[in-house]
Amino acid sequence: MDIPRHWRLKKQRYALVGEVCGHCDTKVFPPRDICPACGEEAKTLYQFSGRGEVYSYTTVYEAPAGFEEGAPYTIAMVRLAEGPLVTAQLTDLEEKRVEIGMPVEMVTRKLRNATDERGMLVYGYKFRPVVAVP
Amino acid sequence: MNEVVIAGVGQTAVGEHWDVSLRELAFAAMEAARADAGGLKPQALYVGNMLGAALSRQSHLATLLVDFAGLQGVEALTIEAAGASGGAALRQGYLAVASGAVDVALVLGVEKMSDQTVSSVEAAAATGTDADYEAEHGLTLTAQAALLMRRYLHEFSPPPFALAGFPVTAHANGAGNKYAMFQKAIKPETYQKAGYVSEPLNMFDVAPSADGAAGVVLANPAILPEDFGHRRVRVAGSSLVTDTLALHDRPDPLAFHAARLSIERACAQAGLSPADVDLFELFDAYSIYAALSLEAAGLAERGQGWQWAQNGALTLTGKMPIATLGGLKARGNPGGATGVYQAVEATLQLRGQAGGNQVEGARTALIQCLGGPASTAATHVLAAGSDPA
Ligand SMILES: [Zn+2]
Repeated sequence: MDIPRHWRLKKQRYALVGEVCGHCDTKVFPPRDICPACGEEAKTLYQFSGRGEVYSYTTVYEAPAGFEEGAPYTIAMVRLAEGPLVTAQLTDLEEKRVEIGMPVEMVTRKLRNATDERGMLVYGYKFRPVVAVP
Repeated sequence: MNEVVIAGVGQTAVGEHWDVSLRELAFAAMEAARADAGGLKPQALYVGNMLGAALSRQSHLATLLVDFAGLQGVEALTIEAAGASGGAALRQGYLAVASGAVDVALVLGVEKMSDQTVSSVEAAAATGTDADYEAEHGLTLTAQAALLMRRYLHEFSPPPFALAGFPVTAHANGAGNKYAMFQKAIKPETYQKAGYVSEPLNMFDVAPSADGAAGVVLANPAILPEDFGHRRVRVAGSSLVTDTLALHDRPDPLAFHAARLSIERACAQAGLSPADVDLFELFDAYSIYAALSLEAAGLAERGQGWQWAQNGALTLTGKMPIATLGGLKARGNPGGATGVYQAVEATLQLRGQAGGNQVEGARTALIQCLGGPASTAATHVLAAGSDPA
């Protein structure tokens, strides 16, 4: 269920599309239509780069319903390069030790399983350590 | 505005009540509070509840409860503000009596958690975050507190186990409260050896979710009988303030801004400052929240709230007693009932009825409950008034 709800969020979930304030140039994610910095209307879409760094992180062992399969998982607040903080899981960590300040980049992954037989899988953004460019 | 006094209080034990339903649990606290108030009949019922719709598949709860209690016809509403639901219901009851709309209001907090699995309770509680941008990414309330604690340790570098004093104090006080879920003191070493729930939070940094119900009868003192038996406890200040719902939307996630404003407003109304109160029932759902709440109250500088947890400053005989009957950590965290438990416990302190946990000479109390990471903050100041003639 919830199909239209997830469909409405596809630009945010798959492409990290937020908004930019035409008055003060603040970048806004998630989109909220009113600029949190100056209170003016902010409805111009803005494509975030997907780059950022870890602001804080922790591990979830007792996962809520729908997330059990991925547990334990690492969840973080990521400071995007353009300014906003977002909440998202970290992925593709392998043996890498997570640290505050670690550079990360957005990827699309499965967020959770269906919680009942009519439910749906949900995909969306996670962040992985920035792959070093040789 | 009319003066508002707490005419009666009642509570059930906090814990896992396998043999008691949501309505029976609520009814027990309603009856206890009404009996304590000398049988005053409420003209309105305000119910603080957070998860009844999700965990018991029961919405329209306040109507069920007036019906079940034989009070059909009475105005009744359920108030939901996540973990602040109980304080928010208290605020509604206060406004109803203060405004003169009613002379007697019953405020009830109730939560029934134990019928569902831990993962269902986690998922239901997580709906109190931003469902699209927090919960849908697997965030839980516990993980959110862990994120705050990690950042706090990173920014302010307190010594190891600096927060241990919060749960140690709470458990020491819970030992004297027959309604508390945990009635056993813990040693600092026990805290240090505890396993992680969500690093850096260990199991003693997290208050246990539990069943419970508590009620207070609020009244306009003008209608109390001459022979009213209790010392009068007045609601001297009341405030509810909101912040961004999502933690990530704040300029500084480590500042509990709504908690600060709410305390400032409630204290200003009561004509005192937080440092003047005799006890502070703060929202210690997580140890880090206790530290951030003390900072929000202006009792510590930013990043220094942990210092209060050293050297017994928070014990019953300390400079600022907290969690005087166990707090959320040892009394238990019955969700939307928490704010009403705080009011019951503070009233017992101000009446001098807290037994072995009595804060000597307590005349004023600050109580605060939070929805999420202070996305909603409901704060009240209670003050002892005249003794019965
Ligand atoms: Zn702007």
